[in-house]
Amino acid sequence: MPSLRSRLLPALVSFVCGAAALAADDPIRIGEYGAFTGKDADFGIAARKGVILAFEEANATGGVLGRKVELLVEDNQSKQGESATIAKKFVSRDKVVAVLGGNLSNHSLEAAPVFQNAKIPMVAITSTNPRVTEMGDYIFRVCFIDPFQGAALAKFAKDTLKLQRVAVITSVNNAYSVGLSKVFREKFTAAGGVIVADQKHNEGDKDFRAQLTAIKAAGAQAILHSGNYTEGALICRQARGLGFTGPLFGGDAWEGPELVAIGGAAVEGTYYSTHASAESATPAMQGFVKRYRARWDGEIPNATTTLGYEAALLLFDALKRAGTTESKALRDALAATKDFPGVTGGITIDAQRNASKPAMIVVVQDGKFKFVEAVQP
Amino acid sequence: MTEFLQQLLNGISLGAIFALIALGYTMVYGVLRFINFAHSDVFMVGAFVGYYIGRHVPEHTLWGGFLALAGAMAVCALLGVIIERLAYRRLRGSPTLNVLITAIGVSLLLENLGQFFFGATPRPFPELFPVTTFIVGGVYVSSNQLVVIGVTLGLLLALEFIVHRTKIGTAMRAVSLNPKAASLVGINIDVVISFTFALGSALAAAGGILYALNYPSIDPLMGVLPGLKAFVAAVLGGIGNIPGAALGGLLLGIVETFVNGSADWSSYKDAIAFAALIIILLFRPAGLLGRFTTEKV
Repeated sequence: MPSLRSRLLPALVSFVCGAAALAADDPIRIGEYGAFTGKDADFGIAARKGVILAFEEANATGGVLGRKVELLVEDNQSKQGESATIAKKFVSRDKVVAVLGGNLSNHSLEAAPVFQNAKIPMVAITSTNPRVTEMGDYIFRVCFIDPFQGAALAKFAKDTLKLQRVAVITSVNNAYSVGLSKVFREKFTAAGGVIVADQKHNEGDKDFRAQLTAIKAAGAQAILHSGNYTEGALICRQARGLGFTGPLFGGDAWEGPELVAIGGAAVEGTYYSTHASAESATPAMQGFVKRYRARWDGEIPNATTTLGYEAALLLFDALKRAGTTESKALRDALAATKDFPGVTGGITIDAQRNASKPAMIVVVQDGKFKFVEAVQP
Repeated sequence: MTEFLQQLLNGISLGAIFALIALGYTMVYGVLRFINFAHSDVFMVGAFVGYYIGRHVPEHTLWGGFLALAGAMAVCALLGVIIERLAYRRLRGSPTLNVLITAIGVSLLLENLGQFFFGATPRPFPELFPVTTFIVGGVYVSSNQLVVIGVTLGLLLALEFIVHRTKIGTAMRAVSLNPKAASLVGINIDVVISFTFALGSALAAAGGILYALNYPSIDPLMGVLPGLKAFVAAVLGGIGNIPGAALGGLLLGIVETFVNGSADWSSYKDAIAFAALIIILLFRPAGLLGRFTTEKV
């Protein structure tokens, strides 16, 4: 047997070297997965537009490490279970160097173990559930996490809106929503507020009149809905239809043009917390908004788009510092990110591989999203 | 008390939509003895036809609303006839299981065609009818809820009239009782069955539009869950029995609403609805109003 091995080994080495030499001229393949169709498509489409802009800009200035960057996109159709399948496809067929996505925590939680096992760095875009990066040391994110967002919302409700009695509606099979409600409940009660009603719904539900009737009867001043915009918009409509006049507010999953398209007049005056606002006056943000509007027909980037763009920049930066596409070196470079300028401000990846930044509160006014204030709990 | 009345109204308006869809299931079952699983997807097509018509008629008008309703019902009636002609007619007389599997196939076909043509992204549904809210003794009643209850009641009465007072209705009941004997006395079974499908699909379309009016976000998979609930409602009331389907739909809507409104139990609302179904079927295996020997249409 030793003779066979000694004959095979050089052949294997030369094959691997050949492959490596070939790879040097090939583009760097980076995967992106997300919900590009289906009920959560607003998130995916918004993020992808930011990612595409980052890739085009990188390629226009000579690429990364002297190679072009290539974006491979896979759609999970907003369906549970699809993200893990896509992750396996990225790992075994496309052999990507790193992955951007997903948007929803549920989707990221499905895909993260696959990438962790394959040791491929994944940078989640808007997945705010803490468990996402706990999946392993190859999983990162460019956004704040739910405990932070929940605390920010509690502070906003208590200090800015001066609320005392709030009702909470949670989407029970949405990891993000459950986490956000939990933290809000704790922080708001700790600050002296009262949760007068704790209602639940399932993903994809359309009738919330029963929950809202109970909330109204409980005498709530305001309603926090911690789920996604599709349900959020219907909740606003039905709440107004039942004569509820207090403010409604939500987390970053409320952000999307569909909130206004479905909610219409009922979402006027509702608030949500998010990661970035195009109205922020920093030069980096304004430069990005300008380039983005030139690329996408004058459209104004929302927070998800901004995070998609930043996720790509963060990855390119790590590739440059690592000087290689080798997965361990790339992971270490990502983990060592410190004060990377990005667009929304200095991004530092902490020990739990999260990026923390202040939360922006936005209000819906005349069908547009207006910046209210930045909250740092 | 106000809360109770409000929840009751919420439940009745939700149940009225379940009832409308359940009528279509129960009618096809009554005549053909098989469950048309594609029914919930005809419901979806109805909503989308309403959506496209709604873009060409002014919003907030009665005539615009009824035009969209009538248009969607006509298109879906045709769709129902086509589905029956292409998919089910050849299988008439073959084992029930074959037809059942075909129905599931047609259902998946419609869902995927819907995703292909309409896209999977939810769309906002226009406000077809004038929208106002009445406040009666502290209970908020939206005009859309009244439209739902009114249209369901109207269609239910029309259906009762067609089945029991017209020639075609008599023919339907005859085919239901004994197809062979019916054809021996000169009834054209093909026409009767096509008519049944047209009627059932038109009801589904009406259900689709009423559902979309109340929950104005439509997508190609919107029919799956209400379809399942309506099927349960039809079984609950006694499948094949028209007043039974209406009763089952109302009961299901009310139970679901009350469970939903109680904070502790709301995550179990489907479990409780289905547990109620099992218990009722244990004591009345043919459903609430079903009888084994009764004439069924």
